[in-house]
Amino acid sequence: MLPVLQREIVHRRNWLSEEEFAEVISVSGAAPGGVGVNASAFIGYKLGGTGGACAAVCGMILPAFVLVMILTIGFSSFKHYPKVNAALEGIQMAVLALIAFAGIRLIRSSVFDGATWSVFAAAAAALLFTGIHPLLIILLAVAGGLVLVAVKNRLHMAVRYEPKTRPLPENSTASSPKRYPEFEGYFGEGI
Amino acid sequence: MLILLFWTFLKIGILSFGGGYAMIPAIEHEVESQGWMTAEQFADAVTLSGMAPGPLATNCAIYIGDWMLGLPGAAAALLGMVMPSSVLIVAVARFFFRIRTHRTVKSVFYGLRPVVAAMVVVAALRQGFTYFQQDWLTWKTAVSAGIFGFALLGLTRYRMHPLSVILLCALVGVAIYG
Repeated sequence: MLPVLQREIVHRRNWLSEEEFAEVISVSGAAPGGVGVNASAFIGYKLGGTGGACAAVCGMILPAFVLVMILTIGFSSFKHYPKVNAALEGIQMAVLALIAFAGIRLIRSSVFDGATWSVFAAAAAALLFTGIHPLLIILLAVAGGLVLVAVKNRLHMAVRYEPKTRPLPENSTASSPKRYPEFEGYFGEGI
Repeated sequence: MLILLFWTFLKIGILSFGGGYAMIPAIEHEVESQGWMTAEQFADAVTLSGMAPGPLATNCAIYIGDWMLGLPGAAAALLGMVMPSSVLIVAVARFFFRIRTHRTVKSVFYGLRPVVAAMVVVAALRQGFTYFQQDWLTWKTAVSAGIFGFALLGLTRYRMHPLSVILLCALVGVAIYG
């Protein structure tokens, strides 16, 4: 989805420069919420103030809204048909694979040293085997990150914020059509 | 009830770091503890939300809102999900500081990103458990596991587009089970 957004915003309409767009995406990716919705709120606000942000967000989520409603209606009225059910069985596995794929990519990009492995394992265990509210785990993670970095600094350990060999997801991949770039695909958008 | 829906998704929306898939455990926790859906019904919700374009968390909010209260419910849930991050982004846009390079922000993400990864992995495991515990080892579950394996291989090794994976799996499903 992001390459499409970039083409529209930067090249076709000249609303933002290449650098501004990169900044918008990095902020949108870091904030809570989906990258696409956040980026549209950001760009909308830059161009048209609060009203612009509202308009951009509405435009971004309206297609999904309509489509989910149609799918829901379709699902409830056609689920008795064995063919539809069979297709859904297949799709269920596809969606499962998409989620698993996103998980693998996230592990590759964010779990890379002892501390992050421990945090990952602890969070997974807490989610699987205890009833702790997931949102509480996220709050703990925010505090945990601050504490870990502070402790590492105190112990004079080097802190790496990124894995060692990380291919650049920017222009290099977006231009070649064969590869599936980091953020592309409005479908199955997990991150 | 409408307000409860809005409030539930507002809570999730505020902390929805990682966007779509990472919020599945949080949504599941809320939905099941309130008694809105069973695990199987939630698995259907995830499947349907995963098919539609857009982040899974917002799609899921729409589906669950509609499930509970029809169109107004869907609108309330979606608004709750999207509003916090949009407001936050607009606030950030006002000041426009380089959030990624800021040291405190970096430290926060040092702890946050592995947890987001864990959330997504757990979401996949749960979704898998819910499906495969219905009947444990039959030819049907074996075929499903095969479809899953090939779909994952297609995504990782051959970098297929998610949409083509979804369509392909639907066709295979019809061919085998239909």
